[in-house]
Amino acid sequence: MSLLKIDNLKVNINGKEILKGLSLEVNPGEIHAIMGPNGSGKSTLAGVLAGKEDYEVVEGTIEFDGKNIFEMSPEDRAREGLFLAFQYPIEIPGVSNASFMKTAVNEIRKYRNLEPLDAMDFLRIMREKAKLVEMDQAFLNRSVNDGFSGGEKKRNEIFQLAMLEPKLAILDETDSGLDIDALKIVANGVNKVRNENNAFVVITHYQRLLNYIIPDFVHVLFDGKLVVSGGKELALELEEKGYDWIKKQYNGVLV
Amino acid sequence: MQKEPINIVEEITQSDYKYGFVTDIEQELAPKGLNEDIIRFISAKKHEPEFMLEWRLKAFRFWQQMKEPKWANVKFPPIDYQDAYYYAAPKQAANKPKSLDEIDPEIRRTFEKLGIPLTEQQRLAGIAVDAVMDSVSVATTFKEKLSELGIIFCSMSEAIREHPDLVQKYIGSVVPYTDNYFAALNSAVFSDGSFCYIPKGVRCPLELSTYFRINASETGQFERTLIIADEGSYVSYLEGCTAPIRDENQLHAAVVELIAHKDAEIKYSTVQNWYPGDKEGKGGIYNFVTKRGICEGNNSKISWTQVETGSAITWKYPSCILKGDNSIGEFYSVALTNNYQQADTGTKMIHLGKNTKSRIVSKGISAGKSQNSYRGLVSIGKKAENARNYSQCDSLLLGDKCGAHTFPYIEVKNKTATVEHEATTSKISEDILFYCNQRGISTEDAIGLIVNGFSREVLNQLPMEFAVEAQRLLAVSLEGSVG
Repeated sequence: MSLLKIDNLKVNINGKEILKGLSLEVNPGEIHAIMGPNGSGKSTLAGVLAGKEDYEVVEGTIEFDGKNIFEMSPEDRAREGLFLAFQYPIEIPGVSNASFMKTAVNEIRKYRNLEPLDAMDFLRIMREKAKLVEMDQAFLNRSVNDGFSGGEKKRNEIFQLAMLEPKLAILDETDSGLDIDALKIVANGVNKVRNENNAFVVITHYQRLLNYIIPDFVHVLFDGKLVVSGGKELALELEEKGYDWIKKQYNGVLV
Repeated sequence: MQKEPINIVEEITQSDYKYGFVTDIEQELAPKGLNEDIIRFISAKKHEPEFMLEWRLKAFRFWQQMKEPKWANVKFPPIDYQDAYYYAAPKQAANKPKSLDEIDPEIRRTFEKLGIPLTEQQRLAGIAVDAVMDSVSVATTFKEKLSELGIIFCSMSEAIREHPDLVQKYIGSVVPYTDNYFAALNSAVFSDGSFCYIPKGVRCPLELSTYFRINASETGQFERTLIIADEGSYVSYLEGCTAPIRDENQLHAAVVELIAHKDAEIKYSTVQNWYPGDKEGKGGIYNFVTKRGICEGNNSKISWTQVETGSAITWKYPSCILKGDNSIGEFYSVALTNNYQQADTGTKMIHLGKNTKSRIVSKGISAGKSQNSYRGLVSIGKKAENARNYSQCDSLLLGDKCGAHTFPYIEVKNKTATVEHEATTSKISEDILFYCNQRGISTEDAIGLIVNGFSREVLNQLPMEFAVEAQRLLAVSLEGSVG
């Protein structure tokens, strides 16, 4: 059974059609990259999967782990094992990373009928996972993303991913705004977390990140649809030729 | 196909008020209305010495010439002071039982329901309690143990009868009856409250606590608390309050006076949870309170901590007069308003002595259609060499129909003073809530997390058991029917 099955998804924002019949299947153990020019609907896809409310789903279905995703609240999707690494992580002043993660981990455990982690275990796990993205101890007591640099925010997203151990993680332009060192740290974190039971959907504009997170599949999202799919070499082709040939080939055909 | 978009923030509304029950007990009421006869009646009921009645009558005559103040940032219909009871007492309590075992079981059950056991066997660890229902104190625990150290902890009525010299010396010395409209009213009709005296050099081993409960309807509660910390002594004092759910508005006009002598320290904490009114703004307590402490001696310290979640209207400014050299005043406050609640609260720090220091940390949380104002005065007198003040006022908004306001007043008459003021406003936005949801955290828990994070600096000032209680209370006050 596939982990994620999107079938003919059509989504509007304020009456404007953004996704125009997108289909995608993701199996455990796979990494899918979704590339595409600006405005093609990449972030909309991420938002719809996570349950953001600004979208109107017009048609299509999404099954996550065999369940209809539209019947689940955003928090239940998260508890079922869906994680979104935000393109613009949100700052929460006054709430420490530690208490934020403790609440999240324990709510997810409660949903799965597990006992809450005790403070010692939690601290141990948190220190372990912080190392994955080279975050020091002080970071755990800082407020969530408050005053973080762009790189720190993205590393924090991957730290949270490592803490919550989702079945499916969607990385929404996690590489944007990162210098090469931060990019390597982030990619490295992802590679340490990946295994045969989880899957990743990596949304990115550039091929750069895919040098470090090697995808099994690359899809091009253009004008609300996945228009080309291929292996990791497709990303290199896009890097070389840009998106113009896609625009030329598919513009007008779909409208 | 997808759920209708819902505005989560709009759905956060007050859950039902947990302490809204009424106890059915026999009551003794003075007739409605306010006149000199009522005051004589109250005074006689309490077997007060002559000086007390005289003082009450002076206060009443003064009050009659005053006008209700209008300057606060709150709105309410005119109060008919003749249409309320000024004395209501559980019948048995009129003669306060000598032993805790003799307390009316109905009253005992009321306080148990509120989490305040009145038997010393079930006592809260390390806390002595004076329980006040309507106009009278119904029980005081641990009196004997405290008296071994020379500490006097009893109801105000008892203090007036048994320690008249202390009462006469200190009552009205910090808040004179001429101070303001509600202080004058309180001075005329106050019915009970707590009295506490810590002798020289004694560190009070227990948290002293008063629990105020309004039970009777159409009654005002006017209690008066007086705490005196003699040289080198220390006391930590807590007050808690609740009231039943009633459609009418009830007036609570209390006066609290603190006196800290040389090298003494008083820590005064409040967890205020009067009935706030319903979701449409009907009913609730008008909490118009005057609280003031004086650091009389050198090196003394007074610290106010308040967590205000209840009342339809809160109007109070726990203040410090820093008269002694090197004395310190502190004010830590979390005021949460929801639905139609209004709060105008803050502090006054009056620096008179040399090297006096004050610190103000005010956290206002507004939700629903509520209005939350911080109003504070920092005054540095001519002789207050090297006085220092630090003020921090933070506001947190939940939704876009509430308001947060800050009115800082600063008067400096000495050039050597340092006065700092910082203020921030933040909002719990849909984006923050969605981010929390995406991490598996429900909206209610997310709000609790954010509110507690926001208030942490103040909650940390509360004694442990109460910090936990206050944290829970903040979450409950914002709890709603989400999702």
